[in-house]
Amino acid sequence: MTIPVRRFDAVIVGGGGAGLRAALQLSESGLKTAVLSKVFPTRSHTVAAQGGISASLGNVQEDRWEWHMFDTVKGSDWLGDQDAIEFMCRKAPEAVIELEHFGMPFDRLENGKIYQRPFGGHTQNEGEAPVQRACAAADRTGHAMLHTLYQRNVRANTQFFIEWMALDLIRDEDGDVVGVTALEMETGEVYNFHAKGVLFATGGAGRIYAASTNAFINTGDGLGMSVRAGIPLEDMEFWQFHPTGVAGAGVLITEGVRGEGGILLNANGERFMERYAPNLKDLAPRDFVARSMEQEVLEGRGCGPNKDHVLLKLDHLGPDIIKQRLPGIREIAIKFAGVDPIKEPIPVIPTCHYMMGGIPTNYRGEVVIPKGDNPEARVNGFYAAGECACASVHGANRLGTNSLLDLVVFGKSAGDSMVEFIKNEMPTWKPLPANAGQISLDRIARLDNQTGGEEVADVRAAMQRTVQARAAVFRNSENLALGVKEIQEVAERVKRTQIKDKSKVFNTARVEALELENLIEVAVATLISADARKESRGAHAHADFQQRDDEVWMKHTLYYGEDRRLTYKPVHTKPLSVEYIAPKVRTF
Amino acid sequence: MTDFDPIELKRIRWRSRRGLLELDLVLERFLANGFEQLTTAELFAYQKCLDLGDNDFLDYVNGKAEVDDPELAHIIGILRAA
Repeated sequence: MTIPVRRFDAVIVGGGGAGLRAALQLSESGLKTAVLSKVFPTRSHTVAAQGGISASLGNVQEDRWEWHMFDTVKGSDWLGDQDAIEFMCRKAPEAVIELEHFGMPFDRLENGKIYQRPFGGHTQNEGEAPVQRACAAADRTGHAMLHTLYQRNVRANTQFFIEWMALDLIRDEDGDVVGVTALEMETGEVYNFHAKGVLFATGGAGRIYAASTNAFINTGDGLGMSVRAGIPLEDMEFWQFHPTGVAGAGVLITEGVRGEGGILLNANGERFMERYAPNLKDLAPRDFVARSMEQEVLEGRGCGPNKDHVLLKLDHLGPDIIKQRLPGIREIAIKFAGVDPIKEPIPVIPTCHYMMGGIPTNYRGEVVIPKGDNPEARVNGFYAAGECACASVHGANRLGTNSLLDLVVFGKSAGDSMVEFIKNEMPTWKPLPANAGQISLDRIARLDNQTGGEEVADVRAAMQRTVQARAAVFRNSENLALGVKEIQEVAERVKRTQIKDKSKVFNTARVEALELENLIEVAVATLISADARKESRGAHAHADFQQRDDEVWMKHTLYYGEDRRLTYKPVHTKPLSVEYIAPKVRTF
Repeated sequence: MTDFDPIELKRIRWRSRRGLLELDLVLERFLANGFEQLTTAELFAYQKCLDLGDNDFLDYVNGKAEVDDPELAHIIGILRAA
């Protein structure tokens, strides 16, 4: 069967902040550029980013990019690559001012400059005092960024393929990337997009966890496609969590609830934080509270029929305080937990928020993988940016407001690298291999012909339960080893999923089955990478190895899907222009 | 159910996937329970909701913002109850 071919200079997969910023760079340079997106670009998950975008503009207080760089290195727990971190922090002011010139409606000071608010982890002079570094557009910064970039792209003639799902990366016999295979949802037809360069900006994969703040579209499609094409994934053991999401939903309950006097209870009605943190109790640091909660669940003191969550009690505060000081919390609890917190406690669980790992890239947005003696050889024609990429600026933990910055800085950088590559090295297209797209057709045919298989929703739930139980915030050797075994059993079940609806047009069931094949690659990578790292660093807190071990473990994990093996590569300790920031114990 | 184009109905189901988790949760519940009872007029109104930006849509559904458009007020009322 021949697959129809569409040909572009550059193809971008994903229409969120990073994809749109990269596309703009390409289209404005005159290259024929396509953006493929499962949903309308302004409804990408970037829309959920409220906090702001960090840049050392110094509009409110004195600030320097070097201080921003220090905070980011420290936040990363010294797993971030210092060249990439320097690049991002130095470029930040320029990136924000550029967005302003594009028309993004930032909040302003009376003098007309962009207003900046404080945000956790951002400081002056290496931790001396908090600094106001976050630029925001009310509580809709991500939304404003998407609209601004989308409009610019329309003007620059970027060609959008909306409601298209990329299925597989096309590599030729040299290993170079020459295109991507994609499904048009409206017709169910499969096309090969032939390109001189392909960029993945497919976002996160938080849906591998049962408790996640991520929208349903965040299924790690770029990561799944990379693994199937033989590209390793970097640092997949590092996921950022928030302690109190509504169990079974993922919607966050602000930490302000505990600040106002809300307390956490286990199945025995015990205020268990008194045991873990006798002084700070429920106001202990975020990660500590989350681990304590999960330990209660693992030791059988969880609540509910599945004993899988704890309770956040606030009825003792009285209706007036709940209504006045915690606006919106009651509505969230009623809508998403089905309880009125004036009368009953809210079921809560540590909830996955952000993926620090991803497709390995350098600060130019080029995908780099080990080849011979070189741990970071460029994969010709392949680029990644945003949450799906690992540059690595967030290392073992991300600072708030650095994610939107990551999108625009590395989206633009990757776009520039692609322009350079296409104009200088690619006078014409490399031919598509004869079997281009076959793997995608085989995957669809398997789904259409599967008999006696399992429901996608059931297998997805099994995956999410496993990852939540074994690789969330409380990690120890025994639990992780069990998780490695269990997730590989779930992966076998993914190979036999079945869909009832075999129609072609807007077949959501088929899309969800294909998405699950991406999620499971991420889930297996997460468990295997986490099981191997015998230390605690950033978001990877290992109960049996509680210290950071720079001697042995200051290195990036690389996971290969074909044989589920791991290798490692060094952290970049050489910044571009400044001195190396040497590791210190992280205290706050 | 109505005589609404069945392909259009499938498109509507896909477009109920949003950028915000809160909307995903509300619309998932609604698609499983309530969606199939919509009249043709309500389906047109729901389609119009799907063209809203996610933040505005969520503010309507949460009751944080008043719905000025009379065409939308009724269907948003259904979603608020979902």
